[in-house]
Amino acid sequence: MKQFTYVITDPDGMHARPAGALVKAASAFTSNVTIEKDGRAVDAKRIMGIMTLGIKNGQEVVVKVEGEDEEAAAAEIEAFMKANL
Amino acid sequence: MKVFNGTAVFGGVAFGRISIYKRNEQTIKREHIQDAAAEIKRFEDAKQTAISELKGLYEKALKEVGESHAQIFEVHQMMLDDLDYVESITMMIEDQKVNAEYAVATTADTFSNLFASMDDAYMKERAADVKDVSERVLNVLCGNSSGASVVDEATIIVADDLAPSETVQLDKDKVKAFVTMFGSTQSHTAILARTMNIPALINTNIELLDEYDGKEAIVDGFTGTVYIEPDEDTVKVMKEKQEKDLARKALLQELKGKESITLDGQKINLYANIGGVEDVPKVVQNDAEGIGLFRSEFVYLNSNDYPTEEEQFAAYKEVAEKMRGKKVIIRTCDIGADKQIDYFNMEKEENPALGYRAIRICLDRKEMFKTQLRALYRASVFGKISIMFPMIISVDEVRQIKEVIAEVLAELDAEGIPYKECELGIMIETPAAVMVSDLLAKEVDFFSVGTNDLTQYTLAIDRQNNKLDSIYNPHHPAVLRMLKMIADNAHAAGIWCGICGELGADLELTETFLKLGYDELSVSPSMLLAVRDKVRKTDVSKVTLREELQ
Repeated sequence: MKQFTYVITDPDGMHARPAGALVKAASAFTSNVTIEKDGRAVDAKRIMGIMTLGIKNGQEVVVKVEGEDEEAAAAEIEAFMKANL
Repeated sequence: MKVFNGTAVFGGVAFGRISIYKRNEQTIKREHIQDAAAEIKRFEDAKQTAISELKGLYEKALKEVGESHAQIFEVHQMMLDDLDYVESITMMIEDQKVNAEYAVATTADTFSNLFASMDDAYMKERAADVKDVSERVLNVLCGNSSGASVVDEATIIVADDLAPSETVQLDKDKVKAFVTMFGSTQSHTAILARTMNIPALINTNIELLDEYDGKEAIVDGFTGTVYIEPDEDTVKVMKEKQEKDLARKALLQELKGKESITLDGQKINLYANIGGVEDVPKVVQNDAEGIGLFRSEFVYLNSNDYPTEEEQFAAYKEVAEKMRGKKVIIRTCDIGADKQIDYFNMEKEENPALGYRAIRICLDRKEMFKTQLRALYRASVFGKISIMFPMIISVDEVRQIKEVIAEVLAELDAEGIPYKECELGIMIETPAAVMVSDLLAKEVDFFSVGTNDLTQYTLAIDRQNNKLDSIYNPHHPAVLRMLKMIADNAHAAGIWCGICGELGADLELTETFLKLGYDELSVSPSMLLAVRDKVRKTDVSKVTLREELQ
């Protein structure tokens, strides 16, 4: 399993559009991807779940990736978050 | 004439006929079904139809309002494909043997309630998204056609509230304004209105009466007023207001995104003066390059007691974030003189303009000052904040300020609270500060000239005394010479200097300020583009300073 933490720096936080883009990024891989805030984890391929986390600017999230392509998936998702969130 | 009021989310004046927006209200009944698999297929088919409709809306929005606003329809497609959402519906159909309509409506309620209960204005809006996409599926299931009819002329849409899919289906050439009974500044109607550059009112006290349909109306997006069947005088006043606004918008289109640079390549930073968080949209609309003066008095004036650190922090953070990395210069508390507050319990003074005010209070009431500085430094990590101190007369004051700052930062360090280094500057608004500006320049990162007070103190003229209006002359050579001295001393010490008083927006002096080498002008948002226009038409090499400045 690959895991990384990331602190959101986008002033708008994880709103609908970035959440949608994250789902797209995660769905490109076969690995299971979860995103966790304050101990609550949701499937990063499900947009409703991500949005219910209400992730805001300055908050820390933990992303866990598990599966065959976890190496590539974790790298890609981390790069995506750095660039967009 | 009937008049209604709401909250304006975008300025502008619009004329048109009212079109009351009505949607198909559908009543969903719970029905028992036999064949769950067939019912699930009905849902899946309806969902696919809804998704292909949304793809169409995405394409339409992409053309009309651009990628960033079109993305919401991609998100809507994802919502319909979301496994949590789909599973909730299919499981209800399977387990409870209910009809697809009921399962969709119930699931929509569950998810939208989840969002509506969240402590975040933006996320609350997502409740409307869930309802909207579900409504689309329900329309397919029930065989309803959705859509709005916009008549073939200038139209003012009046609705209870509008979902994104509803707004995008409207004919943008015909819609001149939105008026809704509900909604928030974060709602899609508000966002779309800003994108379309048309006035919009939310939370309007209007009812959706059939008798209004087709009536002539005017929407004033500055005051938040809608006039139905306006009288002649109102039409005349509004026509003038509209023309003025259109001229300003034309200038905006021309100058937006352009640099504030002279014909011979001298750049100047054009910032805005604001008095509160609510002014930020105007700053952004008028394309300011930063905020040159954020008067922090409002946090004190809007309060019945000393504002807490948290209250101040929230306000400063919000502005810093909304400016997205552009510079925000916040001036510390400038209470006293003409700005009095009860809970400060200040003694009545014979001469308040020369009295206990601004930095003098702050250095005397240190706890209050420290509260503000803590709030400012805590907010500093959310953007690019500079701090500016008013009413300085001596180097000693600046040193005292730095000592207080050192104490505050040591406390933040000890508590492990993050902060960023902030640029520190002072207002130059007393003749004393001008005369020692060479010494002050070695202590701070920038100067900002407060011309209103500087003029009053230099000319010894009370600016609130009407009798003296005729001799209150901000173009007085004494004032202009001071401006030269300030700029020269700032640049000799390698720091930047700007002007944040009213004189900064005086177009007669723009050339002079450029010639004197001012690095920044901070003006009210409505003046920004006029000043930029003037800067871009100036050739500094051809400007000759008036005699008394040479």
